[in-house]
Amino acid sequence: MSNILIRQLGKVFGAQSTNSVPALENVDLMIENGEFVTLVGASGCGKSTLLRILAGLEHHTSGQVQCNGTDISGPSADRAMVFQHYSLYPWLNVIDNIKFSRSLKVKRENITSADVEAASGRADALLDLIGLSKFAKAYPNQLSGGMQQRVAIARALMGKPAMLLMDEPFGALDAQTREVMHDLILHIHRIEKTTIVFVTHDVDEAIYLGQRVVLMQPRPGRIHSIYPVPLPTQRDQEMKYSTPFRALKAEILNRIRESSGMVTDQDLLNKLNHTPDLASTEQL
Amino acid sequence: MFTLEFELTKSLSGHSPAPPRPSIWGIAARITRTQYWLFASLGLILPLLAWAWLHNSGWVDPIFLPGPVEVLTRLGSWVTEDDLWGDTMISMYRVIAGFAISAIIALPLGLLIGAFKPVEALLEPLTDFIRYMPAAAFIPLVMLWLGIGESAKISIIFIGTFFQMVLMVAENVRLVPIAQIEAAQTMGATRSEIVQLVLFQSAKPAILDTLRLTMGWAWTYLVVAELVAANSGLGYSILKAQRFLKTDTIFGGIILIGLIGLLMDQAFRWLHRRSFPWLHSES
Repeated sequence: MSNILIRQLGKVFGAQSTNSVPALENVDLMIENGEFVTLVGASGCGKSTLLRILAGLEHHTSGQVQCNGTDISGPSADRAMVFQHYSLYPWLNVIDNIKFSRSLKVKRENITSADVEAASGRADALLDLIGLSKFAKAYPNQLSGGMQQRVAIARALMGKPAMLLMDEPFGALDAQTREVMHDLILHIHRIEKTTIVFVTHDVDEAIYLGQRVVLMQPRPGRIHSIYPVPLPTQRDQEMKYSTPFRALKAEILNRIRESSGMVTDQDLLNKLNHTPDLASTEQL
Repeated sequence: MFTLEFELTKSLSGHSPAPPRPSIWGIAARITRTQYWLFASLGLILPLLAWAWLHNSGWVDPIFLPGPVEVLTRLGSWVTEDDLWGDTMISMYRVIAGFAISAIIALPLGLLIGAFKPVEALLEPLTDFIRYMPAAAFIPLVMLWLGIGESAKISIIFIGTFFQMVLMVAENVRLVPIAQIEAAQTMGATRSEIVQLVLFQSAKPAILDTLRLTMGWAWTYLVVAELVAANSGLGYSILKAQRFLKTDTIFGGIILIGLIGLLMDQAFRWLHRRSFPWLHSES
């Protein structure tokens, strides 16, 4: 059974105005339950817009997008999102940030103390999972960027969403921290069995994490091709140096370079490759 | 000032040769707490000395410029002979009442303007328009509508603060990071939950700062408010003193209003530190 069904999806920004911008056109994609799909592409390819449509934070202007057979018309607790930054609540400590979705429910419904205990158990388990048990009472501004993103992930998982939507969640982190986060999110995917849709502009990241990599291209945003990743489900950092990994990376990078259409960038590259050595001209 | 810096560096570095300290005069350079308080007291004492010196020089008629001692003596006699305590209390009552009524209405209204675009379109241009009208110009209208009682004076302070406050609270709410709002949406929060649990909570520190600033403005409208048929209060005493050329009372009243304002400002800052520990607890 397919979890997400996207058919002939289109999105035009400013549809009513004269200078409307097509952001997505004819997007067809199916995502299975429990799958880990990464979206990658040059800037302006609509990958974030597509993710935000799945989250219900943007509305599509044509076509169809369904989650478990029902049309997506707005945000839902079933499709939790992790943002690049600034999404934690600075006035709540780590454990209360994680329990935020729970606090909404407690206010709304008559929750028994057993339920609250079960929820606390899950919050503590998630805190342990992200390795921040010692920081339960710390405030977000006392944590490093990587630790903050770990809390954001735990908070998104708290309500047991069917899907986890991640919008360049590690884009602001340094390379070493990012590697740790990659293995953490793969571990979470194994044990929580959540469907994950992950947007990134980092091709390494897209291949290392994804079971399938969806390559998108800009003007207007559309799917170029979908690559199944020829790596075992259980990933480790060494695989980044394997031949299938490097071949897929080269292929995707080439397609991105072709599709980006950045004429000025291309001109610059050509110029750099053909300029005589400045140091030698100096001496003439 | 430069010798002062030199003295401080010398006394702090002690006997052993210490590595050179960065100058405190660099752009955005840091200074120690002691240095901060030193400059702060200089900033207060120098004008006081200048005032005393100008008074004693005899260049200005003491009728127009009483000295610090005369003003202090007058404040003393104000306590014993006239009712300084009563004047202060009634003025504080007027300022706080006008300010509180402003806040009670401006807070929810600002929250709604900041949260919902249609409310913003409905109310913000109107508020923007009214806030440029001078509060003093409303005195005749207020007297016609409300008479000359306390409500009239409180209304003037209300008019002076409310419209600014609404716009500032709305702006505080608009500056809440969009990711905080969208995260709540994808965790299933309803609209009212987002307003209460995200927008208000997130904007609270900025809103308290807005209240601190507008409280200062409320005090500046005190004299205007006490133009309305008052027979007590600090602003009224200043106005009355003008008629009898009692400049020492004018000086005393102005300084007292400044001091009360400073104290309230500090109280707000203290409340800010108390209420929002996460903002003041850097790792």
